[in-house]
Amino acid sequence: MPTPLLALHGVWKRFGVVEVLKDIELEIHAGQVLALLGDNGAGKSTLVKVISGVAPADRGALEWEGRPVQIRRPHDARDLGIATVFQDLALCGNLDVVGNLFLGREIRRFGLLDEVEMERRSRQLLERLTRGIRDLRGPVVSLSSGQRQTVAIARSLLGDPRVLLLDEPTAALGFEQTTEVLDLVDRLRDQGVGVLLISHNLGDVKALADRAAVLRLGRNNGFFDVNTASQEAIISSITGATENGPRRTAHHEAR
Amino acid sequence: MHDMADNTRAAPPAPPGPGRRLRAGAAGRAVAGWAASFRHRLRAGEAGSLPVLLVLALVWIVFQSLNQNFLSPRNLSNLGVDIVGTGLIAVGVVFVLLIGELDLSVGSVSGLAAAVFAVLNVYHGVPEWLALVVAVLAGTAAGTVQGFSFARTRVPAFVVTLAGLLTWNGVMLAVLGTSGTVNLDENGLVAMLTNYYFTDDAVAYAVAALATGAVFLSSYLERRRRLAVGMPHRSLHDIMVRTAGVAVLAFATAYVLDRFQGLPLALLIFLVLVAGLDVLLRRTHYGRQVYALGGSVEAARRASLSVARVQTAVLAASGTLAACGGMFLASRITSVSQSSGSGVLLLNAVAAAVIGGTSLFGGRGTTWSAVLGILVIQSIASGMALTDTPTAVQLVITGGVLFAAVVIDSLSRRSQEAHGRA
Repeated sequence: MPTPLLALHGVWKRFGVVEVLKDIELEIHAGQVLALLGDNGAGKSTLVKVISGVAPADRGALEWEGRPVQIRRPHDARDLGIATVFQDLALCGNLDVVGNLFLGREIRRFGLLDEVEMERRSRQLLERLTRGIRDLRGPVVSLSSGQRQTVAIARSLLGDPRVLLLDEPTAALGFEQTTEVLDLVDRLRDQGVGVLLISHNLGDVKALADRAAVLRLGRNNGFFDVNTASQEAIISSITGATENGPRRTAHHEAR
Repeated sequence: MHDMADNTRAAPPAPPGPGRRLRAGAAGRAVAGWAASFRHRLRAGEAGSLPVLLVLALVWIVFQSLNQNFLSPRNLSNLGVDIVGTGLIAVGVVFVLLIGELDLSVGSVSGLAAAVFAVLNVYHGVPEWLALVVAVLAGTAAGTVQGFSFARTRVPAFVVTLAGLLTWNGVMLAVLGTSGTVNLDENGLVAMLTNYYFTDDAVAYAVAALATGAVFLSSYLERRRRLAVGMPHRSLHDIMVRTAGVAVLAFATAYVLDRFQGLPLALLIFLVLVAGLDVLLRRTHYGRQVYALGGSVEAARRASLSVARVQTAVLAASGTLAACGGMFLASRITSVSQSSGSGVLLLNAVAAAVIGGTSLFGGRGTTWSAVLGILVIQSIASGMALTDTPTAVQLVITGGVLFAAVVIDSLSRRSQEAHGRA
């Protein structure tokens, strides 16, 4: 297998006294969709926050195309080409769609914001995604939750990312929009983007993902080739009926 | 969901034939359409500055009927100068409210700046312009210290600035020493800030013409760019109506001011600053970050914004504007005393920002709301003075208006969210 776009080795994350992630291994490859599965509280969203620089890892090594990198803040992840759709979307409700899409990377003209150009690109981008949003200038808080989700997805695509982290991207979407998003993920994979997809819908995972990584109680609990592994095997790995992660010694406090 | 007809920004893209809307009979439809879109915006929680304009009109009508001198050029001109000191402080408060915080130190900072100026200029013979610069920078420094503490410790800004309120007040008393009241040069630069008038009638009209021209040109150029790339744009009719509105307001103000002593320098400085800061907040990268923080600090952080830097800058701006306001207040009475910057000044500044329509919840409002809010407050004060009403009544009425403003703010916020859930 070629060098992964992004690899995590022995990543630990602690919130207060709780070890949320313990010794995590993960590889995201270009042109592949990796499903990240696990029960509630398994650490999926935390792992996304580690990779996106929102909650940097306490320990562990990150490699970008084989060379070691540091992701200490969201800026670092963005510079590498990692884009994220967070579970809570992380939109500014008072800003309009255009403002949210371009937040932190506004287009400027004579030192002022170039609203016209930003709106033009927003329209282009959103037309590629969906027909659902017409008003780009009302505050995002007034949009429906499905529309907001679309905005968050659109924002992640704006910088032509090389790795895309999707934390429950279809949670608030109806059937048609879900299909649109899944088609989009498919297209992005074909364009060589590495996708990490968190989803509770095993049907989506089966249809879309190439590989699956299972987390359980903050640890790796197995890697699967989605095309060959049985659904039962994946589910029992999620629920803990089988423990087949890469394990180290039991006394994990040993340093 | 359905589109929210936001006619102030974008007319429907459909056939963009210029002049199409200007044909005979179209005017009635335009008015009806405007009214419909307005009702829609009201329900969607975007009442904008309409409530405060209604309140202002009401206040003016009531006082004019009580005292014929209220709307006299003399009183209105004085009003135009009286609003500047507190108004500038209120603009600073708008900055802080926009990030969803509150600055309680603005009164003390304005007093500190005035004290620094007075002591440097009167006691140490520092030239006025230099003392003025140092005084304003003292405000910037005070604001920066508070901003830095707030951003680093993540203690809510109102607590940090409450500490600031006491600290800067103490520093001011130390700066003034035992001297009590310091009288400023009656003919100096600072005195001029509020007693200089452009007596030539042409100046006020020229400023009005410039403002009108700027409004027209900016919306016309934007329309042209949007047309060029085939995007929704304002109709020419819309631009004309807007420009005409600004023109009527600007020239009427100029006319009234010229009936007294002409355009006051203070008012000119105030309006130029407010307009400039409005552009800064709504049209620049920096301003967009300020609004983003008011929407969601966490979302802003995840969008790679340097939250701490913006927070520090916002409180620095608030301190700077408080210092500027303090200079105008000192100029108005050409003296600085231990009571400078104390009393209801802070409360009036915060109330002005909120009454003008800046949200207490952050992320909504403009610098112009400070102008409208302080106009309401100062109009009430001026009317009360003219009609010999006791201060007690004045405070109660201002309090009532403030409460109404907060209720409107809260209702419109809730209705916006309900709109989203629909």
